[in-house]
Amino acid sequence: MIRLEDLTKTFETPNGVVVAADKVNMEVPTGEICILLGPSGCGKTTALKMINRLIQPTSGKIYINGEDTSKLNDIEHRRKIGYVIQQIGLFPNMTIEENICVVPKLLGWDMKKARTRAAELLDLVGLDAKQFLKRYPKELSGGQQQRVGVIRALAADPPVMLMDEPFGAIDPINREIIQDEFLKMQAELKKTIMFVSHDIDEAVKMGDKVAIFRAGRIEQYDSPDQILAHPANPFVADFVGADRTLKRLRLVSAEEVADADAPVAARSAKVADLSQRLSSAGARIAVIIDSDHHPVGYVTLDEIAGATGSVAEFAHPLPATVPIRADLRAVVSEMFAHDTMWLACTDDTGRYAGVVSQPAVTAALRATYTDADAA
Amino acid sequence: MTQTSSLGRNTALLAVFLLGIWVSASGLLGQISDHWDDIVYLSQQHVFLVATSGGAAILVGVPVGIWLSRPAMERHAETVMQVFNIGTTIPTLAVIALSMTFLGIGFPPAFFGLFVASLLPIVRNTYAGLLAVPSHLKEAATGMGMTQTQILWRVELPNALYVIFSGVRTALAINVGTTPLAFLIGGGGLGELIFTGIDLMDPGMLLAGAVPTALLAVLVDFLMGQAQLRLIPKGVNPLR
Ligand SMILES: Nc1ncnc2c1ncn2[C@@H]1O[C@H](COP(=O)(O)OP(=O)(O)OP(=O)(O)O)[C@@H](O)[C@H]1O
Ligand SMILES: [Mg+2]
Repeated sequence: MIRLEDLTKTFETPNGVVVAADKVNMEVPTGEICILLGPSGCGKTTALKMINRLIQPTSGKIYINGEDTSKLNDIEHRRKIGYVIQQIGLFPNMTIEENICVVPKLLGWDMKKARTRAAELLDLVGLDAKQFLKRYPKELSGGQQQRVGVIRALAADPPVMLMDEPFGAIDPINREIIQDEFLKMQAELKKTIMFVSHDIDEAVKMGDKVAIFRAGRIEQYDSPDQILAHPANPFVADFVGADRTLKRLRLVSAEEVADADAPVAARSAKVADLSQRLSSAGARIAVIIDSDHHPVGYVTLDEIAGATGSVAEFAHPLPATVPIRADLRAVVSEMFAHDTMWLACTDDTGRYAGVVSQPAVTAALRATYTDADAA
Repeated sequence: MTQTSSLGRNTALLAVFLLGIWVSASGLLGQISDHWDDIVYLSQQHVFLVATSGGAAILVGVPVGIWLSRPAMERHAETVMQVFNIGTTIPTLAVIALSMTFLGIGFPPAFFGLFVASLLPIVRNTYAGLLAVPSHLKEAATGMGMTQTQILWRVELPNALYVIFSGVRTALAINVGTTPLAFLIGGGGLGELIFTGIDLMDPGMLLAGAVPTALLAVLVDFLMGQAQLRLIPKGVNPLR
């Protein structure tokens, strides 16, 4: 857990005093990612660097797991914190292996253990250890360097990570890929992470909590969904953008709004039985599945009412299916693309997993407002 | 930069080669080899002067460059460098002459003059090379928990090595080229054959000094070039 208490930093400059952090109070629970978000110059980097004491606070306290960091030895303190700087900062004179082993070596690890660790970490981010360990940073692409920058910070398995725009210097497509990789790693590693970003989309995607800064002050510190749904003031609302409700779609997976009990029928089922079942359930549509439980089509109540024969004879092909783990933005996008009000979902193995409908999506977005009204 | 220095080396080699043809054709070879004993003895003296004054310049210049680049020296470093730069503009002959006025004649003033002449490029390049190490690398190193000494040895020096090496290479080139002047203040070396040859209008003797001096210059530059190519780690070596 990281706790900042009345953390303040002022810089004396020739043009007067700059307040880079103004009584910042916040708490990042163990195992969570907190994003520091805000416009340029609002003090994000300053806040981050005070945690590993690259910048000395003017006043205020920083506690890590309850320990007052100002009482610790700076050098030892820093070795226990993974640090990713914005410019990546791989040492050009060292191979990738040596770069990853820097902190383990400082901590006096057995070098064989450190090298094994380096190879493991490279594999973890999908870089072939055999090929990359002995290369120099200049022999890597920007995206590869950025991955190495992140795993170098992870090398000694620090409980706390500080990351200053770690995916900033990379094109949008690769950034998404690295973000996904990182989230997958974090799901296992459960580090406590302070993460600076100026990109609201990245913040919403990566953060368990987001702190929005303006001129050294925290304007709002909340979950991404709360910030998007209930911005605390016009500055936050403006900063997160007019399309903030659409951004919330990314925070919800199809699984959370899918109706897993929507009617299904086997191909060989009798339409008479099915129409009976649909009418009594008040449903208008049934998804048809094959013997492997894969969705293959649908029938509508209007067409089968009063008809006879097997369901297969009345089947329409499905316009599309979506993975149940997809976020609602992808789902809604598919719905718009196929001009449909609902889509069948599949699990990882392609088996039918439920139905998402547009009303269910809007209901999910609306829920937070009705809760707030009730409260 | 690689190209120009290898071009320089090739031109020098060609010059030596042509000189060799001319020398042997004109029967000067015999006259030169008459001085063989002198050549061996004076070459040793010459190399000794180069090695001691150059070596001392490296041993002093690199630490001084490091010291000037430390944050504590930030305010004064530029002033000191200005003094060094003014020092560079003084012709080496003048430096040697000046050192004679307070060190007398013989090895000491020769050593001192050559030492001073070689010191400047080494200090300048060490200082500039260290300052040119990107500050974000130092910040990354600090943030990862390196001490100041560890940062110097593991990050700053390796990343400045190429520039420092270039300074040493320049210094030695100046040193080798200037050493013949040592004779003028009784420091010995191959200059003895050159200047005496000039005085006596004896081309054989003159060449007996000049040819080994030229060969030595080419050899030193070649060795430094090879060392620069091979000793500097691949990651910070623009040559590989
Ligand atoms: N060493 C310093 N001396 C004086 N002022 C400083 C110093 N470091 C930062 N500042 C000022 O403090 C403020 C916050 O800077 P900081 O680097 O934390 O911004 P940031 O939020 O990280 O911005 P960016 O998104 O551009 O990186 C800025 O106004 C900056 O000019
Ligand atoms: Mg910043």
